[in-house]
Amino acid sequence: MFDLLKFLSRQESSKNVAKERLRLVLVHDRANCSPELLDLIKEDLITALSKHIEIDQDGFDIQITKTDASTNGLPALVANIPIRNMKRG
Amino acid sequence: MGECIVITSGKGGVGKTTTTANIGAGLSLRGKKVAVIDADIGLRNLDVVLGLENRIVYDLVDVVSGNCKTRQALIKDKRFENLYLLPAAQTKDKDAVSQAQMKVLCEELKQEFDYVLVDCPAGIEQGFKNAIAGADRAVVVTTPEVSAVRDADRIIGLLEAAELRNPKLIVNRVRHDMVKRGDMMNIEDITDILAIDIIGVVPDDEKIIISTNRGEPAVATQSLSGQAFRNISARLDGEEVAFINFDQNNGLFDKLIKLFNFSK
Repeated sequence: MFDLLKFLSRQESSKNVAKERLRLVLVHDRANCSPELLDLIKEDLITALSKHIEIDQDGFDIQITKTDASTNGLPALVANIPIRNMKRG
Repeated sequence: MGECIVITSGKGGVGKTTTTANIGAGLSLRGKKVAVIDADIGLRNLDVVLGLENRIVYDLVDVVSGNCKTRQALIKDKRFENLYLLPAAQTKDKDAVSQAQMKVLCEELKQEFDYVLVDCPAGIEQGFKNAIAGADRAVVVTTPEVSAVRDADRIIGLLEAAELRNPKLIVNRVRHDMVKRGDMMNIEDITDILAIDIIGVVPDDEKIIISTNRGEPAVATQSLSGQAFRNISARLDGEEVAFINFDQNNGLFDKLIKLFNFSK
């Protein structure tokens, strides 16, 4: 009877609310890396990539965000790196 | 040469001490020689859960500071053959023991015992670091609540950083009726999020409270929680045991509800 009422009222089960809140809070917890670390990663990426391509350093942006469900909700490093020119030879 | 297993959780009050007591007793029922160490210095509790509080003479701090021999501080449980308790100090603080001292102590106990279980204090500070210092394996206890699972996640990260790989998870105080109606996270929800192997599920059972009142581990009683702890002990001991199916009252009415319950 209880289930029927819940079904009719279309309220999301509290377990799903808990799970979603937990996922979000863990993305934040797990990605707890300092701005200094992000800067170091950025510097290294620029050095490595500059060997092969010319990149727009002002447009360079990296951040840690949530990924989709296929990777178990693990945090991911997402980088947006505009390319000015490909270096050839 | 035995093995040292730390039982930890991050969050307090999820049942670390009860779990340690029951697994310790459970392993001794399997004929193993077991020492349980209460590493929660200043907040001694494992002794009362095991019902051994009146027999304490020396404690963990006495042992590591050389006031007594390890053997003198170990209390033999009279009901469980081969179960020994090394109690925490009640009047000292967590800095009375160092990580190096704990390592030496665990190594020493592993020479004589098949299993050395360490009951870790709540938190992620010195007490936690001490408790995991001598451990070969780790068991993480949680409950199906957001706060407890969050702390378990943090602890798993810290354990891996300390080279304690592949910790195993125990989900304590599961209320199957609530899981069934979608008001409690189920085991799959939790293992999905934490991404570690489960080694046991313990139902929320009033028998645990009754046993703890009496100072007798529930593992030796005929109860669902007792069975759950016997199974966990067996799995830790390397035996494969199927998980208990709590969904036993599966009558026609339940099946009908399941059929019409589209929300799941």
